[in-house]
Amino acid sequence: MKVLVPIKRVIDANIKVRVKADHSGVELSNVKMAMNPFCEIAVEEAIRLREAGTAEEVVVVAVGPSQSQETLRTGLAMGADRAILVETDPIPEPLAIAKLLKAVAEKENPGMIILGKQAIDGDNNQTGQMLAGLLNWSIGSFVSNLEVAGSSVKVTREVDGGLENIELVAPAVITVDLRLNEPRYASLPNIMKAKKKPLETHTPEDLGVDVSPRLEVLQVVEPAARAAGVLVTSADELVDKLRNEAKVI
Amino acid sequence: MSILVIGEHDNSSLRPSTLNVVSAAKELGDSIDVLVAGSDCQGAAQEAATITGIARVLAADELALADGLAENLAPLIQSLAENYTHVLAPATTYGKNLLPRAAALLDVQQISDISGIESPDTFVRPIYAGNAMATVRSGDALKLITVRTTSFEAAEQTGSAPVEPVSGSVDAQLSTFAGEELTRSERPELTTADIIVSGGRGMQSSENFAMLEALADKLGAAVGASRAAVDAGYVPNDYQVGQTGKVVAPSLYIAVGISGAIQHLAGMKDSKIIVAINKDEEAPIFQVADYGWVVDLFEAIPQLDAALEATAR
Repeated sequence: MKVLVPIKRVIDANIKVRVKADHSGVELSNVKMAMNPFCEIAVEEAIRLREAGTAEEVVVVAVGPSQSQETLRTGLAMGADRAILVETDPIPEPLAIAKLLKAVAEKENPGMIILGKQAIDGDNNQTGQMLAGLLNWSIGSFVSNLEVAGSSVKVTREVDGGLENIELVAPAVITVDLRLNEPRYASLPNIMKAKKKPLETHTPEDLGVDVSPRLEVLQVVEPAARAAGVLVTSADELVDKLRNEAKVI
Repeated sequence: MSILVIGEHDNSSLRPSTLNVVSAAKELGDSIDVLVAGSDCQGAAQEAATITGIARVLAADELALADGLAENLAPLIQSLAENYTHVLAPATTYGKNLLPRAAALLDVQQISDISGIESPDTFVRPIYAGNAMATVRSGDALKLITVRTTSFEAAEQTGSAPVEPVSGSVDAQLSTFAGEELTRSERPELTTADIIVSGGRGMQSSENFAMLEALADKLGAAVGASRAAVDAGYVPNDYQVGQTGKVVAPSLYIAVGISGAIQHLAGMKDSKIIVAINKDEEAPIFQVADYGWVVDLFEAIPQLDAALEATAR
């Protein structure tokens, strides 16, 4: 089985984003970028499937500007076998990304597609579910445990009430949650090796996908700031403030 | 405007998230239908019929819909959508799993997790873990939207709308429900609780979380946790508050031993009053706290217990 892993280049999760002065978006120039943390978990899971003999090949795919090659190389350094870049700038909306990934999937014919459940930039949480819908494949979203046995895929999903188990018919789209695994770090020798692994490039045009946006961003602003708080020094003082000042207990 | 609200339910009863979504729908227009799609779901449909201000409940009652599987539900939403200008679902794991699939089938770019409505085509939503708020206008004729439930009041339940059967689901036979492990608790539910006591890595063990639970019970509160506490196995995943867990906005949020990573703040900084209890005075949680107490939590919790006891009314 071949596993396709779509990954996204985003602002590093540890960076506090700043809104641009003209309110057109957030500042991306001279900001540290990295692989979306959920995508790292997806890459890790695919590599584990290959190491377990369940998968033969892991292909990472990115949709975005040419700098997304760095993110793909990170995936290759973690252990993916080859990479595909669909080059387009800016990164399109989730529906267009899902259409591009569908086109790639039709070329590559994978047995499973594993993605992060959401990207930490747009927080949309859409792409995997949309891709499954476009392909008419089964969907296991927010997955914290994955078992593959022949054409059956058993997943545990993190849902609001706890955990849910479902059984999927392969081929399946899986979107991963935080507790599926702990992604490995790429070793220096693997980072060197990754530079020689194959990376092919496509464009939305050669995949025949219209990526024009459906949403217009009118403005991006900072959230309302909270008023400065006060420090208390005892439980009695805290309870008094909550009861008589804030009146919340 | 005519709006379809996707009701969230467990067949026997309606989830409260549906009530918040109906309130969002009321800001868009006054022709609102609520879909209750399930199996043997008359209980949920009857409860939906009591929501104030809705036109109809559409009840799709079929075996294939019993477990809320997106593969079977999305085609039903696709077939119903032509009658509406907007389709709204809660931004819960149920809605997040389902609606994007329907959006893809309808060739619509969904708008996720809206926290405000400017006009029938323009919406406000948090991005980057709530560190920025984007106002977006949709060019799609049909709008598919998931709604941040804490940003809209719950609709009242004083009505009696008619319940009409609908059909159009498919049994895609792509997936099968194989059981669930739901957390059972007598405490209020996290997303609707008025008070939340939440613990982080500082709690150090699941046994110590019992201290927080006792405190929560004194306050009639729900218990939440940071990602660090869930990853460490102190509490189950459904306790997690944050960018990728649950978003909460109670009247009072007491963060105990939580440092306040931006991903956690994203899930709770809309709370009315925030209390931070942490021995590290540099912890970022203090920057959003209304009341901060720099103290070892293992000293603080018993003292807080006692102070509540002493002043109980």
